[in-house]
Amino acid sequence: MAEIHLKDISHAYMPEPKGPEDYALKALDHVWQDGGAYALLGPSGCGKTTLLNIISGLLTPSEGAVKFGEQDVTTLDTAHRNIAQVFQFPVIYDTMTVRQNLAFPLRNRGVSAGDIDARVLEVADLLGIIDRLDEKASGLTADAKQIISLGRGLVRRDVNAILFDEPLTVIDPHLKWQLRSKLKALHQQFGFTMIYVTHDQTEALTFADKVVVMNDGEVLQIGTPEELFEKPIHTFVGYFIGSPGMNFLDAKVDGNQAMIAGQSIALTANYADTHNGKTEVGIRPEFLSLHSPDHKTNAGIRVTVQTVEDLGRHRVVKVDAAGTPVTVLVHEDEEVPSGDATLVFDPARTLVYRDSRLVEGVG
Amino acid sequence: MQRKHNQKAWFLVLPVFLLVAFSAIIPLMTVVNYSVQDSFGNNEFYWVGAEWFVEILNSERFHSALGRQLMFSGLVLAIEVPLGIFIALSMPKKGWGASICLVLMALPLLIPWNVVGTIWQIFAREDIGLLGHTLAALGVDYNYTQDAVAAWITVVVMDVWHWTSLVVLLCYAGLSSIPDAFYQAAKIDGASRWAVFRYIQLPKMKRVLMIAVLLRFMDSFMIYTEPFVLTGGGPGNATTFLSIDLVKMAIGQFDLGPAAAFSLVYFLIVLLVSWVFYTVVTVQDAEASK
Repeated sequence: MAEIHLKDISHAYMPEPKGPEDYALKALDHVWQDGGAYALLGPSGCGKTTLLNIISGLLTPSEGAVKFGEQDVTTLDTAHRNIAQVFQFPVIYDTMTVRQNLAFPLRNRGVSAGDIDARVLEVADLLGIIDRLDEKASGLTADAKQIISLGRGLVRRDVNAILFDEPLTVIDPHLKWQLRSKLKALHQQFGFTMIYVTHDQTEALTFADKVVVMNDGEVLQIGTPEELFEKPIHTFVGYFIGSPGMNFLDAKVDGNQAMIAGQSIALTANYADTHNGKTEVGIRPEFLSLHSPDHKTNAGIRVTVQTVEDLGRHRVVKVDAAGTPVTVLVHEDEEVPSGDATLVFDPARTLVYRDSRLVEGVG
Repeated sequence: MQRKHNQKAWFLVLPVFLLVAFSAIIPLMTVVNYSVQDSFGNNEFYWVGAEWFVEILNSERFHSALGRQLMFSGLVLAIEVPLGIFIALSMPKKGWGASICLVLMALPLLIPWNVVGTIWQIFAREDIGLLGHTLAALGVDYNYTQDAVAAWITVVVMDVWHWTSLVVLLCYAGLSSIPDAFYQAAKIDGASRWAVFRYIQLPKMKRVLMIAVLLRFMDSFMIYTEPFVLTGGGPGNATTFLSIDLVKMAIGQFDLGPAAAFSLVYFLIVLLVSWVFYTVVTVQDAEASK
């Protein structure tokens, strides 16, 4: 129906916030496109749930406005927004049957009995629970309860966006895949906006078209899974996304050369040496390679191999680069030198960060 | 599998067995002993069989005391349970307000029972009591020592004052265990305040509420101290409940045989009602978790 626009919002749980550290959610301006599948990813306590509750109306932001299309809904209460939310722990009404649970949001809104019956059947059919409609909801398993929570959102015709607050936390691992693909299928079928909060990157990257990475109340990057992988704009994103995460090494960057522990490596662009703060070189373990110590290259540094973990398809090698631990992914066919080695950087994949933020070079 | 039996293990249970025997079984057996005999002093006893039981069960005195007792317990439950739920719902959930409320609620429960009786005895007096005197000044004809209705109102209000807190605290504990997500989901589902109470709070409180009803039934059914101090069972026999009547019979008239039979009947009634109640609750629980 409409896009969701968060206009310069921020939120503090305390009444009189003084500095930025008092905000659970720091200033954010973002438009959630209608019909998008978004994931909100970040460690526990980073403000994901706060952001979600502001969209659903359970919280009113301290500053800024929430707009659904052209309508300002900042102070509109939850029941009157066309939003459904599924929580971390399944919420069902214990004393009701599955059918009554699904009918509840419609009954509260004064929908006629005939319409309710038809709609409940439709949604139950969609979710594959039509044969369990007359069971007591309290006796169901956690995943069935979570499906009913979802059903209570779907049953309303007006729902524009469904918000998920870590909905698979209490679900058995083998059922997580099933539920997630069900969600994706529903999304493709109906095209409502979905915002999915999680701290699990696999869940976020497989579910969403766009991933919003948050840390410490701040939105660090919004992008497709590829963008997050290839060009993390903040060191936290690089570290948090990917398994294992990105490597960062202190460096001195001048022109198209980076000096790491007194050894230089080549870069593909020119960077001015005007920065006084902390400069780092970031590279994903996938784009590093290990060679024998006498290997000739213009983009390598001397390291010491410390541990090798075999994960089957590839090996995770931890090396020591003049005191900084670096992780390297080595394909199963390749050799891993023991002891001293040369660590070679792929120049096209070597990124430069200043004060934790990505900087783009020239040329 | 062959299991080894070690008969010496019985010695481990022996202390508990002896303790229970001394504290419960032996005194109870003494009562049973009295209830089937008649005595004329001098330690002479005569076997009378079930005569005392027949007499008690047919006596007008027992019937009317039992009637008053049932009426009292019924009234007390009918007031304290809804009132307790209401207060628990209105109490703040967190912050300093919650702590203050909890302390205030716990206060009446900490007062010794005979002190509660004394407090109300003075509080409701027409000549010097704050309540009694105020009512008299307002022109209300209220005198709990003369008028049976006034006496009943005073006894019931006293019990409500003393024990509603217990229901409140139990309900409050039940309410605090409901995760926030339930209230949030209810908001999203557009539930009214009544629907939240009916479908979330009441079901979640059900267990503690059952315990509260059971405790309040047993306690009010066995009430003695407070009305004894307040009205002494009067005016006339208007507030003579079972335990007060029993004490009058046993110690006032020294009718040990009938009093013993009375106690056993009394005991069995409490046991029976509690058992029925407990069974209903457990059966319901088992059905709910199916």
